[in-house]
Amino acid sequence: MKKKSKFARYSLQDKALLTVGYILLGLFVVAIIVPMIYIIVASFIDPVTLQNKGITFDFSKWTLTAYERVMTNAQIWVGFKNAVVYSVVFTFVSVLVTMLAAYPMSRPDFRGRKFFNIIFVITMFFGGGLIPTYLLISNMGLKNSMWAIILPGAFSVWNMIIARTYYQGIPGELREAADVDGANELTFFFRILLPVCTPIIATLSLWQFVGMWNSYFDAMIYLDEASKQPLQLVLRAILIQSKPDEGMISDMQSTAERAQLSELLKYATIIISSLPLLVMYPFFQKYFDSGIMAGSVKG
Amino acid sequence: MGKTKTAIANKKSAGLHNSIVYVVQHWQLYVFFLLPALVLTIVFRYIPMGGILIAFEKYNPIKGILGSEWVGFKHFQRFLSSPDFLSYLGNTIKLSVFGMLWGFPVPILLAFLLNRIERTGVKKKIQLALYMPNFISVIVLCGIVRIFLSVTGPVNLLLGTQINFMTMPQAWRTIYIASGIWQGAGWGSIIYTAALSNASTELKEAAVIDGANIFQQIKAVEWPAIKSTVVIQFIMQAGNIMSVGFEKAYALQTDLNLASSEIIATYVYKKGLISGDYSFSTAVGLFNTVINVILLVAVNKIVAKMNDGQGI
Repeated sequence: MKKKSKFARYSLQDKALLTVGYILLGLFVVAIIVPMIYIIVASFIDPVTLQNKGITFDFSKWTLTAYERVMTNAQIWVGFKNAVVYSVVFTFVSVLVTMLAAYPMSRPDFRGRKFFNIIFVITMFFGGGLIPTYLLISNMGLKNSMWAIILPGAFSVWNMIIARTYYQGIPGELREAADVDGANELTFFFRILLPVCTPIIATLSLWQFVGMWNSYFDAMIYLDEASKQPLQLVLRAILIQSKPDEGMISDMQSTAERAQLSELLKYATIIISSLPLLVMYPFFQKYFDSGIMAGSVKG
Repeated sequence: MGKTKTAIANKKSAGLHNSIVYVVQHWQLYVFFLLPALVLTIVFRYIPMGGILIAFEKYNPIKGILGSEWVGFKHFQRFLSSPDFLSYLGNTIKLSVFGMLWGFPVPILLAFLLNRIERTGVKKKIQLALYMPNFISVIVLCGIVRIFLSVTGPVNLLLGTQINFMTMPQAWRTIYIASGIWQGAGWGSIIYTAALSNASTELKEAAVIDGANIFQQIKAVEWPAIKSTVVIQFIMQAGNIMSVGFEKAYALQTDLNLASSEIIATYVYKKGLISGDYSFSTAVGLFNTVINVILLVAVNKIVAKMNDGQGI
């Protein structure tokens, strides 16, 4: 016998309500997917056709020129390399410092817990602001150093609270079994505690990595040299300022041709720069979910 | 009387003694675990707070913070009395209040709808699509918005018009808020979906058997499961009304839409780091921070009153 679906059990009124709801949900999904497909298709269209008619499925108007130009552009690759370096170093430093600090803060017997908690939490709500922070970092000689964009945000109080909540959910017997005295906390932490914290480490790492990968403000104010700029700043020149690297369009004669080509390059740039994260994210999705759960349990 | 005093004193000194013993025994907790975070916090969070002093000075980089001339509240007066003040303040508040009004309910609605989809395969696929925009960077999002709304872009091709949306101040907030919902609503629903999955299935079954309609089910089962999450999210967002994101506002600005796109954060950046007016810019930033703290405390109080004394 066929199992009756739950939908059939709803009253007529509820069915109507749900149908409207699902249609809205469907429209939302369409609104997300259609622009993405449009960008993918547009990135293959010949620049003149794209400007006059938009996308077309007349394949004689398709071309790979945008990809060739973007892929052979040195600045894009410099940006990619820098973004990988900054994001990896930032993620490592940030997660290490955060996980370390959360451990004593999670222990009820830790003396000074309340005091340090106040010190940390105040910074979530009040700070010096842009200019004092900028002056400090300049005076420390960190301008044009990657540490200028890595150190200031490396310790996240919010993530520390999430990690602390996670530690508190781990049975205390673990520590008793390991027979920890004050002297070998480090061994206990790295050998026994961290290995059972992989879900939260994965979550925080992904948050920090994606956050650093996608940000541009700190790099914009602290890293002036072209060789130090991360991908997002290179993208900003192409997508926001419409000033692609000269090498990408210099062979075009007229201003109109250059403008058309710059437009086309935007599409290919969006695809190439967004692809790595979009392809990777479904594999990490379960960690994101579990991490948000962990953080939301006790808030 | 004298006895109790000595007892308390003894207790205190015993407490101090115990603390010292604890710290000596557990020195690793302080040095290896806490110190790195503490140093980063003091250097990059507390030292800049000291730098706020320049808001009350005529800051001269050569003379330094302590050597510069003291001017009191001059910069604040200049900002508060400038004709642009109300415009920037209004733009900031409108952007985040309207952003919240439109944006806050969408993730909750999405979570309710997702929660009622029974086929897990379909649900997973929808979630995959809904979360995707979250992984697009601010720059790419704003790049997409600019392309789609440009004079030769797909929206104009579709409408058969040639409207330059990015130069229209009256369209700017809608663009900002709608693109924000497009990017963030799916991702924002995760936390509610998680809370809903904790709702008791037995209770839900019972409600269904009792013939409760969808609204009654939501009221009796689902809303109680997510209420505390909603409250926390609301306080967090309402408390951040003045700290609306710089990155996106700046990336969506054009010279012609400044009438609605110039918010306090972008103004501070331009005045301070582009024009080099450090003191004035710090004063404006401080004004912004103080209002934000006041709002946070106020919202927390109000919500706590409505929510049987439970804020955060």
